[in-house]
Amino acid sequence: MELYKIEQLLEKYLNAETTLQEEATLKSYFSSGDVASHLQEYESMFSYFAFSKAETYAKPIQLNTKKKNWKWLSVAASIALLFSVYLGNGYFEEQRVKKQYAEVMSTLSMLSNNLNKGNEAMSSLYAYEDTVNKIFKTK
Amino acid sequence: MNQSDFLKSVLPFKDKVFRLAKRLLVSTEEAEDATQELYFKLWKNKEKIAEYKNIEAFAMTMTKNYCFDRLKSKQASNLTLVHSNYKEKDTSLDKKMEYRDSVSQVHKLMEELPEQQKLVLQFRDIEQYDFEEIGKMLDLKPTAVRVALSRARKTIREKLIKQHNYGII
Repeated sequence: MELYKIEQLLEKYLNAETTLQEEATLKSYFSSGDVASHLQEYESMFSYFAFSKAETYAKPIQLNTKKKNWKWLSVAASIALLFSVYLGNGYFEEQRVKKQYAEVMSTLSMLSNNLNKGNEAMSSLYAYEDTVNKIFKTK
Repeated sequence: MNQSDFLKSVLPFKDKVFRLAKRLLVSTEEAEDATQELYFKLWKNKEKIAEYKNIEAFAMTMTKNYCFDRLKSKQASNLTLVHSNYKEKDTSLDKKMEYRDSVSQVHKLMEELPEQQKLVLQFRDIEQYDFEEIGKMLDLKPTAVRVALSRARKTIREKLIKQHNYGII
């Protein structure tokens, strides 16, 4: 394209009156590498614009981000906590009952021990009474 | 709208979203996070999106607003977002441009533009949207878009010439 046409387009370009198509023409002129020396500053501008456009977002996009996972994690954690409390409570209850049972058993055995002792004492008393009766009857 | 329909309608402009985010947030990492976040938001609002005629323009507006919010919260936490705060992980941009200082200079000049001019220039000269679309994205009349664009182009050109003549870089 003739230089004067480029210059005309640049004038329009500065006033933001160029169409997208005309701007594409300018871009291709300035990327040709054969640029008039008095238009150097435009070459820098258009090169930079082209360069900027080449930059891309390369990472994968995740639609389900951590936030959602945290919610589910907290639900799972609270369920686990409730369950373990329930289990722990059951275990504790069992231990308590066992302890009570053992206590009751030991008290009962102590009671029976003492009762047996009493019985023994009583039996000796009976023996005593028998002899006493015998003595009185014989008289 | 199922997942594959959704992706078909929103993935084509993911690079544009990313480039806009990077233009505003400067750092590549921040821009990647913003892009991811924006797509997550779009997916959450997928029922609403189906009603929009121009999903792309809507997404660009959302990106712009999201980035401005990010910048505001940064400022609130006393973290000023200037270019020197960031060590770019991939310096490909700088490296590839070393051979031509004046090209990377355009990057800096563009950064110095007022927000609106920066956005208009990004949308027009890099993404090639037409004036009506840009107006929709920025909630401006096409004539206002034209004025901002003209100012942005002139400013960058004049500063480039100045630097070239006086060697101030």
